[in-house]
Amino acid sequence: MVGIITYGVYIPRYRIKVEEITKVWGANAEDVTGGLGVYSKSVPDLDEDTATIAVEAARNALKRREIDPCDIGAVYVGSESHPYAVKPTACTVGEAIGATPCMTAADYEFACKAGTAAIQTCMGLAKSGMIRYGFAIGSDVAQGAPSDALEYTAAAGGAAFLIGRDDPIALIHRTCSFTTDTPDFWRREGQDYPRHGGRFTGEPGYFKHIEGAVRMIFDQSGKGPKDYDYAVFHQPNAKFPQRVAKILGFSPDQIRPGLVVPRLGNTYSGSSMIGLAATLDIATAGDRIFVASFGSGAGSDAFDIEVTDQIEGDSFRRAAAPGVEQLLKDPIYIGYAQYARHKGKIVMQK
Amino acid sequence: MRDVAVIGAGCTTFGEKWDTSFRNLFVEAGALALEDAGLAGEQIDALYVGNMSAGRFIEQEHIGALIADYAGLASHHVPATRVEAACASGGLSFRQAVIAVASGLEDIVVAAGVEKMTDVGTGASVDALAGAADREWEGFAGATFPGLYAMIARDYMHRYPLTREQLALVAVKNHYNGARNPIAQFQQEISLETVLKSSLVADPLRLFDCSPITDGAAAVVVAPLDRAREFTDTPIRVLASAQASDTITLHDRRDISTLDATVAAGQRAFRMAGLSPSDIDMVEVHDCFTIAEICAIEDLGFCRKGEAGRITEEGVTALNGDLPVNTSGGLKACGHPVGATGIKQVYEITQQLRGEAGRRQITGAQIGMTHNVGGTGATVAVHILGV
Repeated sequence: MVGIITYGVYIPRYRIKVEEITKVWGANAEDVTGGLGVYSKSVPDLDEDTATIAVEAARNALKRREIDPCDIGAVYVGSESHPYAVKPTACTVGEAIGATPCMTAADYEFACKAGTAAIQTCMGLAKSGMIRYGFAIGSDVAQGAPSDALEYTAAAGGAAFLIGRDDPIALIHRTCSFTTDTPDFWRREGQDYPRHGGRFTGEPGYFKHIEGAVRMIFDQSGKGPKDYDYAVFHQPNAKFPQRVAKILGFSPDQIRPGLVVPRLGNTYSGSSMIGLAATLDIATAGDRIFVASFGSGAGSDAFDIEVTDQIEGDSFRRAAAPGVEQLLKDPIYIGYAQYARHKGKIVMQK
Repeated sequence: MRDVAVIGAGCTTFGEKWDTSFRNLFVEAGALALEDAGLAGEQIDALYVGNMSAGRFIEQEHIGALIADYAGLASHHVPATRVEAACASGGLSFRQAVIAVASGLEDIVVAAGVEKMTDVGTGASVDALAGAADREWEGFAGATFPGLYAMIARDYMHRYPLTREQLALVAVKNHYNGARNPIAQFQQEISLETVLKSSLVADPLRLFDCSPITDGAAAVVVAPLDRAREFTDTPIRVLASAQASDTITLHDRRDISTLDATVAAGQRAFRMAGLSPSDIDMVEVHDCFTIAEICAIEDLGFCRKGEAGRITEEGVTALNGDLPVNTSGGLKACGHPVGATGIKQVYEITQQLRGEAGRRQITGAQIGMTHNVGGTGATVAVHILGV
C-alpha cells in the first residue's frame, strides 16, 4: 500500500504580529485577532520564494531518510505563488535535490489544496508502479493585498511529502475529493493579489466542500471521527477548522497538534500539509490521522492515514530535520515597513 | 375611493441565500402569497415590485417585466411596474398597489419587494446602498449609511438622554423577536454585552447596531374590501396609506435627529385612519440602525422626543410590552433586503392580525402599523392595517 516515506517542512523565521498590521490600517487589534484566532504570521526573507521554500522542505524530508534521489520519479509543487507563470518550480526543486533528469515534473495550482492534489497524483503513480517515489510539495509565499482581510493571515511556508510503496512511515488507506466550480476566491493572470467573495468563502466554499469530502470518505470507509487519534483541516484562520471539526464531530483534542495557524498564519498550499507534518511530528505507531484540505474554486481532498512502526524504525530519523514546533519557535518579529520590503510591496523604482 | 384589504401574504426566508437567484426569490415569495390568497396567477390584474438596486447588485434592470415573465404571466400581458425609493421601495410598492385598487382601476393587485444583495462583495454593496443618499453632497464626500446614521446618533445623544446601553437594548430586543421568527436571518438571542463589545463601525454605532446585508423577497395581494371574502376568511384592512418626502441630504434637514418625513407620514396616516398612536397594538419600524428605531418611535408619536431610550429600557417596546415594536425582529434580526423590507413589514403585521405569528404573537392584536424609510429619511411610507 502507498504511503508517506518521509516528510519535511520549512517556515521562514521572520514573523509579523497581526496587531502590527492592524495599526497600519487603523483596525482594532482585538477584533481582528479575536475574529481570526491568528496572532502572527510568517514572512519570507528578501530572497525567499515558493521555490526556495519548496527546496528547503524537500531537503528537510530527505534529511530524515536515506533516499537515492534518482529513485524520485516525480516532483509536483502546488502553489498559488509560483515565481514564474511559465517555467516550473518543480524543475528547480528536482534539480536542487538531485532528482533530475529521469523524472517527471509539473506545477500544480488549486488554491490552497494544490499540494494535497499532488499527493494524490503521486499515490496513483506509485501504486501503478510508474514511479518508485514521488515528491508532493505544497509551498507558498501567500499573497494578500494591503488592507485586505487576507493580509492579516497570508503567510509563507511549505511542506514536502515523499510518497511511495516501500516501508512508509504512514499508510494512506484512502483518499477522495469533493470538487465543484465555485468562484469564492480567485486571482487572474497578471494580478498581484487574489480577490475573494468575502463571507461567500465560508459556507458555500470552505464548509460545503470539506464537509462534502469528509462525508464522502466516511461513507466509503464506514469510519467516523472516533476512529481517529488526530484530525487536520485546512487552516485559513483558526475559527474555520475548529468549527468544521465541531460540525463533523471531531474534538478539540484531535485537532490541537495540527492547528498551527494561530502562530504561523495561512500558508495557502502549505497550510493543511504543515498541519499534517506537525501531527506526524508527535505521532506514534498505530495512530490514525484524518486530513481534509480545502482549495478555493473549489474542492477538498480527504485522507485516511495510519502511522506505521516505521516512524520509530531505524531507517527514519525524525529528529534529523526540524519539526514544525522547532520551526515556529524563536521567531524574529519585524515591523510593517520591513515586512513590506520583504514582500516586495515597496516598489524601489519604476 | 374604495376600501382595500390584504388577502394574501408570502415571504421567503431572509439571509445570505447563496443558492437562490433574484428571480427564484421573487417567484417563491409570489407563489406563497398567491397560494395564501387561493389565487391563480392569471387572476392578477396588476403587479408592483419594490426593488432598490438590481442594476448594481445583479446588473439587471427592467424588473417589472422580468417578474411578470417568471411568474408565468407574460402571455397575460399583466401590467408590471417597478417602484424605487431606496430602502422604502417596498413600502411604496405596497402603497401603489393600494392606490390602484382604491381608485377602482384594478381589483387584484400584487405588491412585492425583492433584493438580492450578496452576489456582490460588501464594498460594492455598501456603495450601491450609498446611492440612497445624495451622491454629490454625501457619497462623494465619503459618507456611508452607517456614517450618516452615526451622525444622527451623535446629535441625538448630545441633545437627549439616551445611553449607549439603551441603544444596544434595541438590538437585544429585536434579536429576541427574530429568534421567534422562522424567516429571520438571525435566529439567535444576543446579550447587551455582545452589542457593546462588537466592532465599532461608525462611532457610536457598533456592528450589532446595524442591519445586515440580506437576500430576500416578500409579496402581498390586495383587493377591494368588498371582494376580499371571496378569497380569505381573514382579510386585513388597509386603514391608512401615507407617504412623505424630505431633503435627500441629512445636512439640509431642519433637525437631523427628527425625521420630519416620518412625522408627516405618521400624522397623515393617523388622520386618514381616524386613529391616534394609542390605538396601535404593534408597529414595524425601520430600524436599519438602532438609532433609527429610537427616532421612529418618537417621530411617529408613540412617546415624546427623548423618551424612546427610556421606554425601550423599561420594556414598553418588547413583545410583552404595551407597544411591541418590530415583533418580526425588525431589519436588525430579520435582515434587510432593501426592496423587500417594506413588504415584509406588511407581511408581519398581516400575520399578527390573523393570529398566525406563532411564538411572537401579540394576543388580541387588532391594529398594526408599518414604517418604511428610504435613505436617511428622504422618503417615508406609513401604513395602518386592521382586522
